[in-house]
Amino acid sequence: MSSINRHSQQVVATILSNKRVGQYHQILINVGEIVKHCKPGNFVAIKVGGDHSSLILRRAFAISRVSDRGEYGGTMELIVAPHGSGSRWLCTQEVGSSLDLVAPLGTPFGIPTEPVQALLIGGGYGSAPLFGLAEVLKARGCRVDMILGASTVAKIYAPIEGKRSVNSLKIYTEDGSTGEMGKVTDPLPSLISEGAVDVIYSCGPMGMLQAISGITSNTDVVHQCAVEESMACGVGICMTCVLPVRKSDGSIAMLRSCIDGPVMDGSSVAWELVGKNAMTP
Amino acid sequence: MRESSFDFSTTLGSAWFPAPVFTASGCASSGRELSQFFPLDEIGAVVTKSVMLKERLGRPTPRMAETPSGMLNSIGLQGPGIDAFLAKDVPWLVENKARVIVSIAGETVDEYGVLARRLRSVPGISAVEVNISCPNVDNRGLVFACDPESAKAVVESVRRTLAGDLPIIVKLSPDVTNIASIARVVVDAGADALALINTLLGMVINTDTMFPHLGGKTGGLSGPAIRPVAVRAIFQVHEALPKVPILGMGGVRTGRDAFEMILAGASGVSVGTASFGNPTALIDVQNELKQLLISKGFNSVQEAVGFAHRPSKANP
Repeated sequence: MSSINRHSQQVVATILSNKRVGQYHQILINVGEIVKHCKPGNFVAIKVGGDHSSLILRRAFAISRVSDRGEYGGTMELIVAPHGSGSRWLCTQEVGSSLDLVAPLGTPFGIPTEPVQALLIGGGYGSAPLFGLAEVLKARGCRVDMILGASTVAKIYAPIEGKRSVNSLKIYTEDGSTGEMGKVTDPLPSLISEGAVDVIYSCGPMGMLQAISGITSNTDVVHQCAVEESMACGVGICMTCVLPVRKSDGSIAMLRSCIDGPVMDGSSVAWELVGKNAMTP
Repeated sequence: MRESSFDFSTTLGSAWFPAPVFTASGCASSGRELSQFFPLDEIGAVVTKSVMLKERLGRPTPRMAETPSGMLNSIGLQGPGIDAFLAKDVPWLVENKARVIVSIAGETVDEYGVLARRLRSVPGISAVEVNISCPNVDNRGLVFACDPESAKAVVESVRRTLAGDLPIIVKLSPDVTNIASIARVVVDAGADALALINTLLGMVINTDTMFPHLGGKTGGLSGPAIRPVAVRAIFQVHEALPKVPILGMGGVRTGRDAFEMILAGASGVSVGTASFGNPTALIDVQNELKQLLISKGFNSVQEAVGFAHRPSKANP
């Protein structure tokens, strides 16, 4: 047995609730035992469209949080933006319907063994897995600050109960419709120079992750980012979701964001080469 | 027909397999990833992702576009190169009791020969798939399967190197006018079996950016959308060369689809893109196929191979 995809299972699960939250859907799924192995940063691959659909590929969603308590046993929460045909289908599924899913998948966020000052940065619904992460970090004695950003207020995902798991929360919108007008990266240089950050955990659009990596380069701040690249399989067999990553000898490897990610070391991703041609090892 | 006496085994050249369902090259990486979902020794064999001489990074992203009942991929033969592959991937598969068909791809005729030489003495390999039809190469002239002379040269080079050591399965492209004539050329050059079909060359244009969507511009179309093309190709080649075993593939998602390919003339069936949507697709296809063959009254896989070619009562 290989360590790749260890603990991941294909299960048929039931939707317990499906609520609209701003521009997103909060979907709660009864998945059973597999929650024991789900960690912040893991994702789930869900079959969409029903048995006779022309959509043949699974859709990957970040696991927002899991719980193994409560009347239903193991539950998994997803925050879904109904943008494409697959996510729209998922958002229309009613309570009680079945989902064929594979989880947990991917490399989760690394949790420090010592208490650190952690800064969690979420773009849009990329904030979803950060609240579960915040709880884990707090339990380890970390200070947890959070910065969320989006183009506008309706695209901010910040549930009330999630706010309790962080020491501070700041919100930025590009149009100024809530919080401060600006981008999540605006306060970073001063926070880093003040020594207020040891580790940044980020999840959101690739442009945001790249910008954070730019700011943390040449500093001691560790940047763990959850990347987003389109996947056909989610289990490591299709080789479509690769990212150029710089190895210790300086050469480039194309690593799968489903297996070697989604959480990657932001300083090792060769952002300038993403989508570029004519690469040699 | 009772299940216990049903013969589910098949052969491709001199290689014997206990079951007729295989992974498709490029759709199972090197096997480890799927081993979490089912024991690899339960299927016919793992056909590994086509390996080249040197490490290769492949094409830039985006590498994938979903299409109606299918997808385009533009991987560009990313892989570790033959040295790392033989050092790590093959031993792992052998250790895990998987039967292994190694798929090779070269940039030149000589490279195929060199790759074949590297495989000759490796223990645990059942057969070699010679991939002469990957569409994701920059020079279309290098799609050897589209040109009879190049196809012949590659297969002769591999045949010379391997002598009778390992059966040679040559993977052909559907993007040709007459696939049976290409099949005849490669069989005359020494192929023991044929893998039909590789993906079809396609393109998606992103209507927002108004550029081709894939980083490599073109990609290979796979999935149920291409299944009728595959069935047709298998039927035509089996008709022309009824004694040559065929490993059929292209959009197989269910046991019914695999059965259809066997009726057309396939001795074995590969499941590729279906694994992306369902990591246990191979086991599902295999179980359904077995039940279907038994329920139709066949005593073995072999009995059903090419059954659609029998004379009909109406038109003898």
